[in-house]
Amino acid sequence: MEVERRTLAAKQRSARDMLRGDLEGADLEAYVEERVVTTTFEKMLNLARANSIFPLTFGLACCAIEAPISIVTARYDLARFGAEALRASPRQADLIILSGRVSIKMAPVVRRLYDQMLEPKWVMAMGACSSSAGMFANYAVVQGADKFMPVDIYVPGCPPRPEAVLYGFNKLQRKIMGEPDQSWRQRYDAAGTEEWARGGPRSEPSPAAAEAYAQAREIVRA
Amino acid sequence: MPDAPGLELIRGEIERDHPGAVLATSFDRGQAALIADPEQILEVLRWLREEPGHRYRFLSSLHGVDYLPADPRFAVHYELLNRDRVERVRVKAMLADPAAEDALPAIDSCVELFPTANFQEREVYDFFGIVFRGHPDLTRILLPDDYVGWPQRRDFPVGGEPVTFTYNERRYG
Repeated sequence: MEVERRTLAAKQRSARDMLRGDLEGADLEAYVEERVVTTTFEKMLNLARANSIFPLTFGLACCAIEAPISIVTARYDLARFGAEALRASPRQADLIILSGRVSIKMAPVVRRLYDQMLEPKWVMAMGACSSSAGMFANYAVVQGADKFMPVDIYVPGCPPRPEAVLYGFNKLQRKIMGEPDQSWRQRYDAAGTEEWARGGPRSEPSPAAAEAYAQAREIVRA
Repeated sequence: MPDAPGLELIRGEIERDHPGAVLATSFDRGQAALIADPEQILEVLRWLREEPGHRYRFLSSLHGVDYLPADPRFAVHYELLNRDRVERVRVKAMLADPAAEDALPAIDSCVELFPTANFQEREVYDFFGIVFRGHPDLTRILLPDDYVGWPQRRDFPVGGEPVTFTYNERRYG
């Protein structure tokens, strides 16, 4: 519905009339129409969740200098996205940023922290090491944190700039709001080319995963 | 640091007290090393620690080495330091790889002489699988307790996992 755009002075006048009880009929309708947004409960809830994330105060290695230390400083300022309250307890946190390589001795600890977080919870694999072990193809490092826990978003880099972490954080917010960012797939009209973990030459996604991707494609096209 | 003749003098003195304890000496790039018989390593270390005029009282480092193609394959290096004269001497004990499967090379623990060796011997055990006889608590120190294998040995696989590139797509793809 097209809402008439009015000047600030006109809005102030109508607000004053509203308070005095002078506004009636079509004028009252227009007044309410200007101020009320209707939405679904889920969308409202997700909007609130996406803009009030509590990250866990947790660092694994050198990436911890970039996040979560740098991104809460005044220069980068995670508070712009409502996530400045870093929690020191996993039971109060929504987001765990895996900032660095995960050694095989640390993996059970990380997994335990993740299990202690309350639902809904999200995971960001920050940097090359926690995404894929980076340069550490050796006996001591887990080859990607997604080997032992679910990961929502991967931020590449060694280490990623704080801007990159914030960009990944924004993408995570879109994902929480139910509008996953398709990035280059949207730009090049390539929805539906997602890769699957290949179990064999003719492996296919699970029905649940296929349905989730079908929904995401609908959102992209809408 | 004893010079090359000084090292030979030390060897002669040890030989007088413990015949056959020092197998050889090496003096390379200004660094003196005694290659000791692993069965008498404690005698050599105690002699260097206690003998008046030498008194290398401080074990600054203890580490394991794997010289894989060579025989004997393993070695334990002891870096001794006299802090009054700021002189260092290195003692090497070469250890052969036991022929039997699952058998580990073994050497006497020097924790009695140098308490600092406690954690360092555990680390050598952790990464090289060299057993220190008489150690008070010989368990893994850095790796998880249930880890299998000795990862700093040269024949330990590098690890990681295969990555699909264009040239090996047919293999892994």
